[in-house]
Amino acid sequence: MRTPLIEFKDVTKRFRDKTVLDKVNLKIYENEVTTIIGKSGTGKTVLLKHIIGLIRPDEGSILFRGRPLAAMNRREWREYKQGLSYLFQQNALFDSMTVFENVALPLVQTTSLTKSEIAQRAMRRIDQTELSDAAHSYPSELSGGMQKRAALARALVTDPAVVLFDEPTTGQDPIRKNVILGMIAQYRRRFGFTAVLISHDIPDVFFVSDRLVLLWDGTVGFEGTYEEVLDLSHPMIKELLKSLEGLQDEVVGLPMKEAFRSCYAPLFSDGALAPDTSATRLTIELDVEGAVLEREDAAAAMGAVAAHMSHRLSQLGGIVVRCAGGDILALLPHTTVEETNQLIESYAEEIKEQAGAVLTRLAGKNPGPAYSFDFRIKAGVAQVSPEDDIDGIAAKAASGQRVIAAFQGGRKGEGQQ
Amino acid sequence: MVKGELGVQPSGAGRGEKLSPVLRPFRAIGRETVALVGNLGAILIFFVLSFAGIFSRRQFSETVSQLFYVSATSSGIVILVGLFTGMVLGLQLFHTLVQFGSANVLGTAMTLSLIRELGPVLTAIMIAARSGSGMAAEIGILRISEQIDALDTMGIDSVRYLVSPRLAASIIGFPILTAFFDLVGIIGGYLTGVVLMGANAGPYFYRVYSSATTADIRGGFIKAIVFAVLVSMICCFEGYYCHMRTASSGAKNVGLATRAAVVLSCTTILVADYVVTSLLM
Repeated sequence: MRTPLIEFKDVTKRFRDKTVLDKVNLKIYENEVTTIIGKSGTGKTVLLKHIIGLIRPDEGSILFRGRPLAAMNRREWREYKQGLSYLFQQNALFDSMTVFENVALPLVQTTSLTKSEIAQRAMRRIDQTELSDAAHSYPSELSGGMQKRAALARALVTDPAVVLFDEPTTGQDPIRKNVILGMIAQYRRRFGFTAVLISHDIPDVFFVSDRLVLLWDGTVGFEGTYEEVLDLSHPMIKELLKSLEGLQDEVVGLPMKEAFRSCYAPLFSDGALAPDTSATRLTIELDVEGAVLEREDAAAAMGAVAAHMSHRLSQLGGIVVRCAGGDILALLPHTTVEETNQLIESYAEEIKEQAGAVLTRLAGKNPGPAYSFDFRIKAGVAQVSPEDDIDGIAAKAASGQRVIAAFQGGRKGEGQQ
Repeated sequence: MVKGELGVQPSGAGRGEKLSPVLRPFRAIGRETVALVGNLGAILIFFVLSFAGIFSRRQFSETVSQLFYVSATSSGIVILVGLFTGMVLGLQLFHTLVQFGSANVLGTAMTLSLIRELGPVLTAIMIAARSGSGMAAEIGILRISEQIDALDTMGIDSVRYLVSPRLAASIIGFPILTAFFDLVGIIGGYLTGVVLMGANAGPYFYRVYSSATTADIRGGFIKAIVFAVLVSMICCFEGYYCHMRTASSGAKNVGLATRAAVVLSCTTILVADYVVTSLLM
């Protein structure tokens, strides 16, 4: 049995007469993204602030690797705090300091590193979060997404073992929400920290989470994986699923696969599935070298291509859903695998042209140093049988994916295959 | 430091109980007294933590920066007020002393008034209004925008980082500005008493030079240091705990904290002036 990294045991917190957390029991495991969901005012932020020590429980205890926080001596507490970082909802960047000064501050104040070592480490994180050009700008001069990245760079500069994200996507537009969640997942893989995330962005947040914790009326209503959440009979989960059925993804205009699961289940269950049904999974990938494209622009470009593909496949009577950020799954009744392969090949050229035009236009907005981007669309096709479920279909189609279109752009915006 | 650890609010105990109208004022007085004592204790601990933080590492550059903020940026207004205070004082004293045939002690009256009382008190009030309000507002904004919480989450002692340099800068800056005030005030007295009203310059400067004893100068500086501690502590405390105000929230709390900081600082300066004067006499 795994030992939790952080554990809440019967934690109760009251503010005046209001009980915000009521005997909360919760486990957070190492190297996982644990997402806390729940309605507003259910004590999610209060819970997160207990972990970092900004709030102390009235009753119960919080354990770190089995050791109660309250029993820690000064040295242990300092070491515990040094391993933690907190990304505030409103970023909490020091507005009188530049991005570089903000990022370097924890190192300046809490370590004995030399000036050059601090500068080196701070700049490395700034580069990794794609803020090199804004290193000497003030937070007020940055966009919301850049501020978020600056706050993330500051949170990661001390190489923390645990990063706490308090509603990192609140107030962001739909494109930025996906960008930030993608950024968290990407950086978590890259830097290998344990993440605890508070988010209202259901279902997008599910794509980056290993475990979900549902706070309900001050207690933990559920904790487990996404699949376990869907099988649960809980009032909030029911509300959640109901909302998902009608949910259209805000970025690419596609329904989520949960909608597919609930709306098209009869196709599989009562033998109504056409015998020649195939599925295709399209994955759109974009690598950009140089700060020529904002993440938002890249997401917009991917969204445009996804929407175009979706339109084409829908015209053929296909059911098109979104699996993840740039991942589309289409179910094509009355279409064999061979026919689907031919269709995909025939769309490849027009997709390439469209993607090339969009990316070149976006890159052209930012004249500057050398840049390059590499855009690929991978496609996989699979036969669908009545016993397959949505995840099985997606996995089968993904296993045979190959690149069907690629586009590379350079400094002068000249497209070449 | 855990948020709210030091801030003390009036106790809510017994608030809902029915009490006879005769006893209600006593309950109110008792509640306020408990809150006052609690706040005094809190500000004392705040001072001890801030003072201890002055001697920790990496404080020099921030202290110099705050010294510039407290002293250099306030020097203009202090000099202006000092000049006009000296000029008014010179004018008033000249007219009074002439009636008694004692115009030659104008220098003595000017020097002792300025060094013992007016210099430290008016300088402290000017700095409280100019820099103290800034301290309260700046720290208050850091509080409501969660930047103080951010410091705590980064393992940075927010009292040491924010308050200690301001306390150190005030302890250094107040006596320097007080000395400037005294000097400019004496020059102001010369301008009105000697240049304008025709008193003799020789006796004026002789009295200025011979009247002020070391004890007077030391007393003036002691007052300046006491006022520096009071003003910086009150202003930083009000800003640091502005989020504890329950009647309002956000930016309004910062405004209230700034106003309270200036009013409380000025009042405390006058009360403390009496206490320190009594002790020095």
